[in-house]
Amino acid sequence: MTKMQLLYLIVPLAPLAGALAAGLFGWAIGRRGAHWVTILLMAVSTAASGVVFMDVLDGNTYNGAVYTWLTSGNVRFEIGFLIDRLSATMMLVVNFVSLMVHVYTIGYMADDPGYQRFFSYISLFTFSMLMLVMANNFLQLFFGWEAVGLLSYLLIGFWYTRPTAIHANLKAFLVNRVGDFGFLLGIALVLMYFGTLDYAAVFANARTLAANTIEILPGEAWSLMTVICILLFVGAMGKSAQFPLHVWLPDSMEGPTPISALIHAATMVTAGIFMVARMSPLYELSETALSVVMVIGAITALFMALVAIVQNDIKRVVAYSTLSQLGYMTVALGASAYAAGIFHLVTHAFFKALLFLGAGSVIIALHHEQDMRRMGGLRKYMPVTYWTVLIGAISSAGIPGFAGFFSKDAIIEAVRLSKLPGSDFAYLAVLSCVFVTALYTFRLLLMTFHGPERFHALRAGPEELEKAPEHTDLRPGGFHDDHGAGHGHAPHESPAVVTVPLILLAIPSVCAGWVIGPVLFGGYFGNAIAVAPGHDVLAELGKSFHGVPGMMAHALSTAPFWLAVAGIGTAVYLYRVRPDLPGAIKEKFGLLYTILDRKYGFDEAYQWLFGDGAVRFGTGLWKGGDVAVIDGVFVNGSARAVGWIASVIRYLQSGFIYHYAFAMIIGILVLLTMIFLA
Amino acid sequence: MLTGLPLLTLAIWIPIVFGVLVLATGSDRNAAAARLIALIGAILGFAVTLPLYARFDPLASGFQFVELAPWIESFNVNYHLGIDGVSLLLILLNSFITVLVVVAGREAIQSRVAQYLSAFLFLSGIMNGVFSALDALLFYVFFEATLIPMFIIIGVWGGANRVYAAVKFFLYTLAGSLLSLVALIYLYTVSGGSFSLLDYYQLPLPLEPQILIFLAFLMAFAVKVPMWPVHTWLPDAHVEAPTGGSVVLAAIMLKLGAYGFIRLSLPIVPDASHTLAGFVIALSLIAVVYIGLVALVQADMKKLIAYSSISHMGFVTLGIFIFNSHGLEGAVIQMVSHGFVSGALFLCVGVLYDRIHSRQIADYGGVVNTMPVFAALFMLFAMANSGLPGTSGFVGEFMVILGAMKHGFWYAAAAATTLVFGAAYTLWMYKRVIFGAVASPRVAALSDISAREFLVLGLLAVAVLVMGVWPLPFAEVLHTPVNDLLNHVAQSKLR
Repeated sequence: MTKMQLLYLIVPLAPLAGALAAGLFGWAIGRRGAHWVTILLMAVSTAASGVVFMDVLDGNTYNGAVYTWLTSGNVRFEIGFLIDRLSATMMLVVNFVSLMVHVYTIGYMADDPGYQRFFSYISLFTFSMLMLVMANNFLQLFFGWEAVGLLSYLLIGFWYTRPTAIHANLKAFLVNRVGDFGFLLGIALVLMYFGTLDYAAVFANARTLAANTIEILPGEAWSLMTVICILLFVGAMGKSAQFPLHVWLPDSMEGPTPISALIHAATMVTAGIFMVARMSPLYELSETALSVVMVIGAITALFMALVAIVQNDIKRVVAYSTLSQLGYMTVALGASAYAAGIFHLVTHAFFKALLFLGAGSVIIALHHEQDMRRMGGLRKYMPVTYWTVLIGAISSAGIPGFAGFFSKDAIIEAVRLSKLPGSDFAYLAVLSCVFVTALYTFRLLLMTFHGPERFHALRAGPEELEKAPEHTDLRPGGFHDDHGAGHGHAPHESPAVVTVPLILLAIPSVCAGWVIGPVLFGGYFGNAIAVAPGHDVLAELGKSFHGVPGMMAHALSTAPFWLAVAGIGTAVYLYRVRPDLPGAIKEKFGLLYTILDRKYGFDEAYQWLFGDGAVRFGTGLWKGGDVAVIDGVFVNGSARAVGWIASVIRYLQSGFIYHYAFAMIIGILVLLTMIFLA
Repeated sequence: MLTGLPLLTLAIWIPIVFGVLVLATGSDRNAAAARLIALIGAILGFAVTLPLYARFDPLASGFQFVELAPWIESFNVNYHLGIDGVSLLLILLNSFITVLVVVAGREAIQSRVAQYLSAFLFLSGIMNGVFSALDALLFYVFFEATLIPMFIIIGVWGGANRVYAAVKFFLYTLAGSLLSLVALIYLYTVSGGSFSLLDYYQLPLPLEPQILIFLAFLMAFAVKVPMWPVHTWLPDAHVEAPTGGSVVLAAIMLKLGAYGFIRLSLPIVPDASHTLAGFVIALSLIAVVYIGLVALVQADMKKLIAYSSISHMGFVTLGIFIFNSHGLEGAVIQMVSHGFVSGALFLCVGVLYDRIHSRQIADYGGVVNTMPVFAALFMLFAMANSGLPGTSGFVGEFMVILGAMKHGFWYAAAAATTLVFGAAYTLWMYKRVIFGAVASPRVAALSDISAREFLVLGLLAVAVLVMGVWPLPFAEVLHTPVNDLLNHVAQSKLR
């Protein structure tokens, strides 16, 4: 084993070791022991992935098996690593954000009785996510895919006494399973046609199988690649919360804020994006699949952003923002601008983790208050949080110079150049979404940090309470009970374990975009991403790219910039200049408001159709099928039939000799008659 | 050292002899002695199966560790034993589960202890007999003999409605298997007076008798698996059975039917198996989907897990009848995994039942607050039941779905619905029982699992994880028998 191979192993195994130490022996090593061991091992893993990253930048790649998981037929299922620019980038981002979140957790979860368990979970999550991105085959991808889903389930339900949390985690798991249903079928098709699940072998043969068709419905010959790619994308729709499987992500905010940042913003939800980029050699062979991806992404980007405008829970705003940004990444994939999608994934990981952790900082300062209507004016109490969140917000809104600008602008431009069916709609969606993004982001910033201080109000009035999200009244057990509602005294800035990660995330939220030149237009991803010549919108875009300053200067004369400015301006006008207006608009456009407030009714519809529907159907099958027909008619029926026949036959056994003698004589007579007449 | 020993005979008769010894301790005054002897017998029984794996040659075709001695010479019946990789795994599973059941029954069973423990030891030996018999009559005798101890276990140590359940169990399965005896006697006649399964494998048969034989076997094995629609005995039997009975029933006895398909139906009547495969596949897929939905609405934990078992066994029969190596190997892997997982889940319910004496989901809620260690283990098994990768539950389902895809897209799609249904019924139950605030004073008074319970569940947890992370050792012994069987089944017997 070479030194690099050892490092590849250390990257995922160090967090696994930390998870086992904190999870199995947390009772022995205590709270401090748990956070020290997991953070140290996370640091080791981050350092190792840094070395791997540098090595990959030198042009080295690796593709090899660790061990054979299973053999069957003539297929070997292996666990192995593929280390190239794509996976190395993901490893570094995952590890960096995870390390920040580990440190931040010391502050955020300080009073939680499940402290060691939490550290164990987030380290185990990191292990799973690393295995996912490092995989060199579909099997291990699916392993990581499901494992991160498990950890997401466990972490959303971390405060397991809260009814909303344990509803949300079940919902998240099941919706993801619907996606995995498609994903697994896609993998099975890959195995069936390629005879292997190894990426390299599959991608090498993809072109030769591109002309194959498959009859899913009798008489309908569909392109094999289209079917495979769409099935795989169904998995991505679950994991990356794309419409219409997006419903679990907002509810996942029931989990502690550090995991909202780590899992439900920066890493796990981007697994679908990563997967499609990884599968680019397959997707490039199906324009139909690319169109589907682009349209789904565009719908998600725009319509989820609209919902964010009317949310009052600070975490929910960020959650819907995440949905929308994931939509952007998906649109990029559909436009064959995979590199732009991954680039936005990276910048988003930084500024969205920053926004979540900033929101978390506010939430702890206000003793687990999440309703923005009870915030305001926090700027002067929490300067570090304010400034870092401001950076995150600017980056998110896409103001030139900040990381989010570069990646988002590249996506919008790429979509503009795409010629696939649906690209016009997608372009319109992502463009108008820029305005919406700036509006909700600054609405959040203004409602939280500016304006009058509303957190002193002990409790909101009744009319406001009934509109407040139901879960804000539920506190995780044992939290800050001594503070009462905690609104009595002034909030203060969070401790260093919280603010230092904020600062460390704020830096790349500004700078990460400056490498756009080499990353998007310099062939950074090399062979890790394949783009068909006719689809290469980024190359097209690269022709007019003349460095970072040029791109920024050019942006000032384009629509996205002015839309962003308009969005910010609208937010300032509505929430600072004329704070009476939002209420009036809400009154005037009551129907629209209700639609957005109810999130288009997906939750209710799914609950009625799938939740209650499955229960009704299952009850029908059970009571009607098993109990009434199978048991009632056949099983107990045949028992009754036997009883009835026996009760008839019983009359023959009367026990009286003369009955038997009489029957015998009759019988003999009949026999004799038959013999003689024959 | 062990080379000369008849290991299969030992695997069958050690548990039975120890069962007799346990029975000899008599009344409950000697319960301690009975438990000790039973434990020694179970461990010894497991110990003799380990050399089977160690000395098993995974590359050799045919049966290994063969023992052949005349039994009833006038009818040419032989005491003929031998195993391939399929039997090997099931014998190991059976002997392993027996140890756990003997350990687990320690506190729950306080009356007629010796009789209880001996019933399990008898059962264990008899089932090893089924898994190693190569003589048709011997197979039939062992197969039917399993009914007696289980009938007694349910009927004596069962719940309130135990008599109905025990009789239903007995008659249902007996009625199913009687026809298979007729089929075996027919085969005895046409083969010119042989009961050897190996002779039957080579016996040419026209299609019509093949189909009749297949249907006779199907009756016997489908009830045992159980397949939809002859499954309704299982939920009743599980609900009334004591914990140990449920564990053995789910973990081992259900495998007898599937094993019968592999050992008898496919090789003896390959053409009929092909002809009627579509029918069996349809029943299997109904089991996966229909039963998955029925499991969702159960209010009784044991019933829920029983229905879940039927759904999971649907994967086994599906895998067997799609005739490819992913499917068939997946089916056997699924059998072993289901042994671990369903056994563990019934033990988990037993842990709760021993404390609160209710199997109703509604009587629980918030158990994690008082039993965190138990909740963690239960979570692992619930996830394994949902087929999560990294647990044993994933491996078999994954392979069968891969195999089903080769058979046709919609077969795989129907099977893959278990990803949603399996997770839905398992995790919804878990949520209502384990999560939440403490639901009642009875839950508040719960104490976490004892060292003994931890040992039993911990061993199963290790098994579930090892098999999930590294299933290769389990699959390796299957390649040769599965390939041989598929080659055999591919050749027509119509001459």
